[in-house]
Amino acid sequence: MIRKKLANSGLKGWLYLLPAILFLGFFMVYPLIDVFVYSFEEGYNSASQTYFGIGLYNYSYVLHDPYFLQAVKNTFILVIITVPLSTGLALLISVGLSSIKPLRNLFQTIYFLPYVTNTLAVGLVFMILFKKTPYSEGLVNVLIHLFGGKSVDFIEGPYWAKMFVLCFYTIWVVMPFKILILTSALSSVNQVYYNAAKVDGTSGFRIFMRITLPMITPMIFYLVITGFIGAFKAYSDAVALFGTNLNAAGMNTIVGYVYDMLYGDSGGYPSYASAAAIILFAIVLTITCINLLISKKNVHY
Amino acid sequence: MEVVLQNLTKKFPSRDRKKHEDVIAVDNFDFTIPDGKLIGLLGPSGCGKSTTLNLISGLLKPTSGRIFFGEDDVTDIPPESRGIGLVFQNYALYPHLTVKQNILFPLQNLKGKDKLSKEEMLDKAYEAAKLVQIDELMDRKPGELSGGQQQRVAIARALVKRPKVLLLDEPLSNLDARLRLQTREEIRRIQRETKITTIFVTHDQEEAMSISDMIVVMKDGVVQQIGKPQDVYDSPVNLFVAKFLGTPPINVFDGKMKENILYIGEDAVLHTKNVPDGEVYVGIRPEGFILDENGPFSCQLRSVEVMGRDSSVVATNVASLNPLIRAVMNTEHIVKTEEIVRFSLKPGKVFLFDRESEERIGFEVAL
Repeated sequence: MIRKKLANSGLKGWLYLLPAILFLGFFMVYPLIDVFVYSFEEGYNSASQTYFGIGLYNYSYVLHDPYFLQAVKNTFILVIITVPLSTGLALLISVGLSSIKPLRNLFQTIYFLPYVTNTLAVGLVFMILFKKTPYSEGLVNVLIHLFGGKSVDFIEGPYWAKMFVLCFYTIWVVMPFKILILTSALSSVNQVYYNAAKVDGTSGFRIFMRITLPMITPMIFYLVITGFIGAFKAYSDAVALFGTNLNAAGMNTIVGYVYDMLYGDSGGYPSYASAAAIILFAIVLTITCINLLISKKNVHY
Repeated sequence: MEVVLQNLTKKFPSRDRKKHEDVIAVDNFDFTIPDGKLIGLLGPSGCGKSTTLNLISGLLKPTSGRIFFGEDDVTDIPPESRGIGLVFQNYALYPHLTVKQNILFPLQNLKGKDKLSKEEMLDKAYEAAKLVQIDELMDRKPGELSGGQQQRVAIARALVKRPKVLLLDEPLSNLDARLRLQTREEIRRIQRETKITTIFVTHDQEEAMSISDMIVVMKDGVVQQIGKPQDVYDSPVNLFVAKFLGTPPINVFDGKMKENILYIGEDAVLHTKNVPDGEVYVGIRPEGFILDENGPFSCQLRSVEVMGRDSSVVATNVASLNPLIRAVMNTEHIVKTEEIVRFSLKPGKVFLFDRESEERIGFEVAL
């Protein structure tokens, strides 16, 4: 009797969903709503749990904060440069990997190594490569000298040099995962299509453009979308390279700004942090929607 | 175009690393496929028929032996230069391209002096599509087509470059029974219309028998018999071929020749001439039984299955190598369920095979 009722009202389904809903509700939906609420509470004080009023002042403050604008600029540059470059390079390397036979596993392992390496440890290595100290010029500068160039301070020097290092570093860190996904996508393309193309005398380039590429577009778009989201959330990479005072280095990211507003030296402003976080959320949501719209037109399933 | 296979052999390295013996997929295949004929390569799975097809297509290189298309030795020529059309078992239609784009694909690959204008390409594509009757589906994607339609698209794509040889790998195995019947007629018609030498691979003997001009029966990489379907059916060279062809399959018994009389169990079923004494296998086609109250061959009746056109009498016999004997006869002959059923045999439907070599022993009937 009870069982029948449960089944009819769909309660049974909800019962099964309950653990996941509770978990997601507590740890995702509730904080999200909370952040949204915080972002509208003006002059919130976390110690006394009081605020003056409700309004858009937090947003106005954040959007007029030069540090935030710098962070937005940095983040967008990072996204626009690293996502296409890393995906493109990963595609090239994956195609290369799938077309060689000997030592393939070795190369696959080597290309995957950055993925299992600690971000800060990698940051340290990059410092050694790029940083100018009183004792050494950094390996990259040594190389530049070798080719007759002028040395550049990549860590504390001009903006473009620092951005170059950050992009280089980000690409290097995100590539292994993309290579992994793309090599498996490439190997899942049925050999029979290649045989069919071969019998028809299709050139290698045309096979790639007309068969391989369309067949792996779902995976490429997956990587682009997650790549965008990941790059917008960049923070630890910048810290690994430029230290925790990112505002001073002019290399802050949006997530870094949120963190600084909460815990940094100038921190203690959860309302500003919340407003910045909501702005980031809106940006990522918009970009992802655009991506999905584009992918609907171009992805062949 | 005549296709000549000369001592064609293909060996694959053994998967088993401990054993270093090669697996022989095709062993010394020697056969000339006459121009404009439809040839069925037939055999159980793993017999090397698909390998043979891939050797002809050029997707595989033979270990030894030569392949000629007409006068030209094509053994070392890559697939695209051989002038073949290949239809894959699962069709291999590019799922992201429309039917039209799929059929155009081979034409767009042409370079140099063979290069066609857009109009010429479209003309050719529509011509091929009309031939297989899919010209109304040109803007669909393969995923929106039924299995039979996909098959036609695959054939159209293979035909659009006017190949000298058309190769079909298990063309009907992905279709349901009704569609299979229809499509095999279609393949026959297309082959007749285009007069392209066509070789197709199948494990379904009925399929091969129904549309082929000639069939090649293979087993373990070795050609067993080549001939017109009816000839192979009527005079199989060995027990394997006899068992492989025919539905329902041939009934096989342990038998014995003694003074030119063939015994199955205790029953003296046939009088022959010029057959040495000894143990033999006896193969009797299902249609070789005649119900006869005074017949020499007695079996235990199990059931009678009436299937409209004809009915089959299912029986058992201690000497039978199959668990059940199946005899097919006209509906009028329906027997009541008795314990014992007696048959006389049609001599032309009875084959004797050597116990050792399983080769067929020819015999004449003594009246």
